Amino acid sequence: MTGDTGLEEQVLERIERARRRKARVREEHVTLAHGAGGKATHTLIEGVFLESFRNPVLEPLEDGAVIDEMAFTTDSFVVTPLFFPGGDIGDLAVNGTVNDLAMCGARPRYLSAGFILEEGFPIAHLRRITASMAAAAEAAGVHIVTGDTKVVERGKADGCYVVTSGVGTLERPTRLSAAAARPGDAVIVSGPIGEHGITIMLARGELDIQADLTSDTAPLNELAARLLDACDDGDVRCLRDATRGGVATVLNEIAEASKAAIVVNEDIIPVRPDVRGACELLGIDPLYVACEGRMVAIVSQASAEAALTALHSHPLGREAAIVGRVNDDPPGLVLLKTAFGGTRIVDLLVGDPLPRIC
Amino acid sequence: MRFVDEYRDAGTAKALAARITALCEPGRAYKFMEVCGGHTHTIYKHGLEDYLPEAVTLVHGPGCPVCVIPMGRVDDAIHIASQPDVIMTSFGDMMRVPGGNGSFLDAKARGADIRMVYSPLDALKIAKQNPSKRVVFMAIGFETTAPSTAMTVLRAKADGVDNFSVFCNHVTIIPAIKAILDSPDLRLDGFIGPGHVSTVIGCRPYRFIARDYGKPIVVAGFEPLDILQSVHQLLTQLAQGRCEVENQYARVVPWDGNPKALAAINEVMELRPHFEWRGLGFISQSALRMSAAYARHDAERIFRIPGGRVADPTSCQCGEVLKGVLKPWECKVFGTACTPETPIGTCMVSSEGACAAYYNFGRFSRERVKEATRQ
Repeated sequence: MTGDTGLEEQVLERIERARRRKARVREEHVTLAHGAGGKATHTLIEGVFLESFRNPVLEPLEDGAVIDEMAFTTDSFVVTPLFFPGGDIGDLAVNGTVNDLAMCGARPRYLSAGFILEEGFPIAHLRRITASMAAAAEAAGVHIVTGDTKVVERGKADGCYVVTSGVGTLERPTRLSAAAARPGDAVIVSGPIGEHGITIMLARGELDIQADLTSDTAPLNELAARLLDACDDGDVRCLRDATRGGVATVLNEIAEASKAAIVVNEDIIPVRPDVRGACELLGIDPLYVACEGRMVAIVSQASAEAALTALHSHPLGREAAIVGRVNDDPPGLVLLKTAFGGTRIVDLLVGDPLPRIC
Repeated sequence: MRFVDEYRDAGTAKALAARITALCEPGRAYKFMEVCGGHTHTIYKHGLEDYLPEAVTLVHGPGCPVCVIPMGRVDDAIHIASQPDVIMTSFGDMMRVPGGNGSFLDAKARGADIRMVYSPLDALKIAKQNPSKRVVFMAIGFETTAPSTAMTVLRAKADGVDNFSVFCNHVTIIPAIKAILDSPDLRLDGFIGPGHVSTVIGCRPYRFIARDYGKPIVVAGFEPLDILQSVHQLLTQLAQGRCEVENQYARVVPWDGNPKALAAINEVMELRPHFEWRGLGFISQSALRMSAAYARHDAERIFRIPGGRVADPTSCQCGEVLKGVLKPWECKVFGTACTPETPIGTCMVSSEGACAAYYNFGRFSRERVKEATRQ
């Protein structure tokens, strides 16, 4: 083993160089992996979209764009099924955009809503969706002030797609960024992870697994505001809602942008037993499962306890925990201390997490 | 969580690790092969190597269902999927495996109707729901998954679902272990036996390993403590000069296996004279095909498949990795040309593949990782 170590180091260096190469889309067609939030999505964004649209506002690739004292963001929703335990595509669409604004440190103000409807879609379902959008907007303190409707032929959409955009105002001097994490900072997760993703998987009815789970979809703007109020200016470095790709993907984005290492402890990360059970059965890691009402916060060591207290004071943050810290080496890497007592890397997935064969 | 946390207890692991270290003869190096990809996955996912002394090396074996599928079979499956009115179904792990002309995922993006299922029964359900389509299940895996394929075919026959067929790629574990034992370039001290396969075939078929090759084998479970305990049992056998088949996974694996599952396989399938394994080449009597009595559900008889052999890319050293001759990182293209995003070889595709496990979980200098995780 010892004789190999030097050689192994060289190989690992070579790999890191290969990973730093510019993203290039090799596929001739879009595949489902491009939409999963992992490496393929990143390659598509950097190799196609950023390549075409490159500008200083877009380039940081944060959850929303920050322009002067305003934050601006957009998100599309194509969830199946449209209605699931704990929510539906409507509140998901409002909360998703509200959360992207909140993660910029902004107060969400106004939303737009675009609907792509399939011929034959029941009006009653549409009413149900708009009612829950209205309720979600009220809960988050935003107004839906403009919109658009398109109808496509039967078979060309999954019933209903919703696109929301939003603007918010930046009322604090703190500018949040995935590139702002520094060695010593605390890594906080605002609550139990993976509930939304597992709920959706089970709601599709393909797995014959039953669990008493509901989606965690919720607006995070109040929780984020409480956190920002409790910390000194600049002490909250970054907020990210752990949606597609889950907490693991968010941590990787932060580690990469900040050129820092993030070390997290598996046994402190809050995961409900039902989610853990379903993940164990399927061979999926809850770290990669989507949440729609949970965020990751990077907070300076000095403000970490105050931040945690502030989160605990809000119903959505009652189970928040400091799950790890930021380190200087190895840059760009997320490491996990496993509950078993070992260590491993937590990398970005290529596509969707897939259940194991056996 | 009950039945999980007990097998992941760090305190027990520490105690076991100390006993493992004490069993190692000074100056001697031990190489054990974990045959099954599920074990490889566990080892990396839990960071189990942190507990092993330097003298003990775990070598990854050929037991990854996806990894051993040769490129030609992927091309054949894509050929079937591209026929009119065909719905191809397969396990998710299969979707990204590259053939000579792309993967299932690429074929799907080009327009083929390929669907991911969680069980062959789901494929049968799709066949019942789409009577005007020909639904094919791409069956892969060792004796672990073969019974569920066989049971599904029996169900299809009983229910008269004639538009359902199986493209059978099931393989058997014993010939693969034999091939590894006969390989001149590898010196192993023992085997961590495949737990899930053994629930079906039992422990008896491994006796030749101890008897004819003089190597101990311990059939192991899939939790990290199972694997540590198996290493301990192997070292104990070596220290006592014994060489036997032991069953560490007795809570799940009966010594005689599962006769019902074996009967289902024997009813529906028969041994092929030979089958190509990715990287290992042709191994005789190492795979299963549908028997003539079930020709109606045999995709190989229904569709005219090209059956071409596609040579592995010359740069790919999956064969050496599958035989345990090379560690993943020793392959020429590992992590540079061959990554989980752009896999050249199958070992980089499945989460059970040694290369993917090493790349995703273990790809970093242990020293730097230790330094970084020190509190």
